[in-house]
Amino acid sequence: MLKSYIKIAWKVFLRRKFFTFISLFAISVTLIVLMAASTILDHTLGSMPPETRLYRTLCVFFMKMEGERAEISTFAGYGFLDRYARGLPGVERMGIVSQAPEAVDSYVENRKITSQLRRTDGDFWKIMEFTFLEGAPFTVQDDRDGHPVAVINATTRERFIGGGSALGRSIKLGEQTFRVVGVVPDVPLYRVLSYGDVWVPIGTIPTAHYRTELVGDFIGLFLARSERDFATIRAAFAERLRQPELPDPEEFDRLEGELQTLAEYIANTEIGLPPKSLYLVVVLLMVLFMILPAVNLININVSRMLERSSEIGVRKAFGAASWTLVTQFVIENVLLTIIGGVVAAGGSALVLRTIAESGLLPYANFHFNVPVFLYGLALTLFFGVFSGVYPAWKMSRLHPVQALRGGVR
Amino acid sequence: MIKLTDVEKVYRTDRIETVALSNFNLDAKEGEFISVMGPSGSGKSTLLNIIGLLDVPTGGTVNLAGRPVTGRKDRELARIRNEEVGFIFQTFHLIPDLNVMDNVEIPLLYRRGVSGSERRRRVLEAIERVALSSRAHHFPPQLSGGQQQRVAIARAIVGKPRILLADEPTGNLDSQMGEEIMKILKDLNERNRTAIIMVTHDPGLAEQTHRTIRIFDGRQVN
Repeated sequence: MLKSYIKIAWKVFLRRKFFTFISLFAISVTLIVLMAASTILDHTLGSMPPETRLYRTLCVFFMKMEGERAEISTFAGYGFLDRYARGLPGVERMGIVSQAPEAVDSYVENRKITSQLRRTDGDFWKIMEFTFLEGAPFTVQDDRDGHPVAVINATTRERFIGGGSALGRSIKLGEQTFRVVGVVPDVPLYRVLSYGDVWVPIGTIPTAHYRTELVGDFIGLFLARSERDFATIRAAFAERLRQPELPDPEEFDRLEGELQTLAEYIANTEIGLPPKSLYLVVVLLMVLFMILPAVNLININVSRMLERSSEIGVRKAFGAASWTLVTQFVIENVLLTIIGGVVAAGGSALVLRTIAESGLLPYANFHFNVPVFLYGLALTLFFGVFSGVYPAWKMSRLHPVQALRGGVR
Repeated sequence: MIKLTDVEKVYRTDRIETVALSNFNLDAKEGEFISVMGPSGSGKSTLLNIIGLLDVPTGGTVNLAGRPVTGRKDRELARIRNEEVGFIFQTFHLIPDLNVMDNVEIPLLYRRGVSGSERRRRVLEAIERVALSSRAHHFPPQLSGGQQQRVAIARAIVGKPRILLADEPTGNLDSQMGEEIMKILKDLNERNRTAIIMVTHDPGLAEQTHRTIRIFDGRQVN
């Protein structure tokens, strides 16, 4: 039976080439956008190298100081994180990294090289899981003593040194010179917490003021023992902030800060959504995005099936029950969407490769993985069933006599 | 084999009622070959559709192969149609995308417990019966009208139904082709004792059947 369904589906696709093309185009374009978007989302928020433990990482991005007359809301300072966030219960390790990479210029053999410099403490390297191509990360001691050492990515090694080992070689970034202690693979721009070309100790900042500043431009990273500890960590942090020791209580007497996952941060700060709603909103957007082409496909399918009313009449006359015909038409539609899904898988890989090669997202390197593949497959099947069931049901309800006459009841 | 008692079919719309069949009675025995004649719109096709369970009467009862069928569900009616009835249409109603074998196979697809090899065997047997073995892999548009109707007959008999319903089976064919089709139907009737009810406008064909029922305005007139 299934073989017969597939055979006739294939014949119908070939007979109505224009309908088939329009249907496949709608399905493929929709799925290309959805698959590409979900791949980018997965590469941004999923636990991938070097942020392999993102699923159990909390971050402090912002702090807020309030008083009767004034209010400051900005990125967290090193002093704020150092004083209020160290040693929280449930935290396996805490690290600090500069909030955004800083562009620094270098001149090598009359070439200007702009690098994205990130400052981190020693524990950052124990939270992230970098694969070292050469050498090793700098240490807590290097940070504490402000040793001018650096970890660079593979592209920076190529730009500054060319071939050969970079270990022990010096590179001048802006006004500072650093000795290379490690080389890591390129980290793409969309890995918000770890992206950079060069990572140097926070302790190499020329002045020591940052150590006590409550406001600044740092992110605190908190590797929880497990996700179950998130609530405990958040509660302990909130408790500490209830009794702040502020330098000028006359001006500011209250301190706020929030521990968020990266997804919550992006939802809340970058998009303005309630913190927990990112995935829900993404799913809703995807469903909305799918509805229009799906409705179109329903229309196309109804027209396509109407042309086959004689076939429906014949099948009914020779013993096909309505549900048998529903199954047949749904299988046909699912087959069409699976073909569309295969086209979309190739298409989205092409789109992602084009984005990666365009240089819009430095070091972008998208690849399909099992969850995205399964997600795409589920989307494809949902699309196929959703756009196939109604037309199939409508057609299966055709009165056989009317169907044989080529009309609709 | 087929028993219709006081069958009535009325088509109702918001404004008008059209009586297609009224107080119609029929008792067809196994192996009977009956022709149905009457002017266009007299109710011949409605009668055939009711006997074939493609339409339901608004009154009266229908018994098919000893089974009362009035009030049965879609799935049950589909099964009875599949097992007991074969249809031959004036316009053949072959599926153009399927070749002869696949077209003939259709009724067997909806019958439980028939394996692929058994289906193939029975399809070839039916095609041979209508002398179309050499065209088994052709598609309907590649065949003449007469050949297409023979495919339709093969499709109608592949499930070995006890009742064949033919709605003007020679209406779209020239007289020579029509005679060929009639010969096949008579052969089926005589050799298999298949009950056949055939709608026709051709008195010559009607004469070749066991008896003729005449309908006028939805009523039996003989």
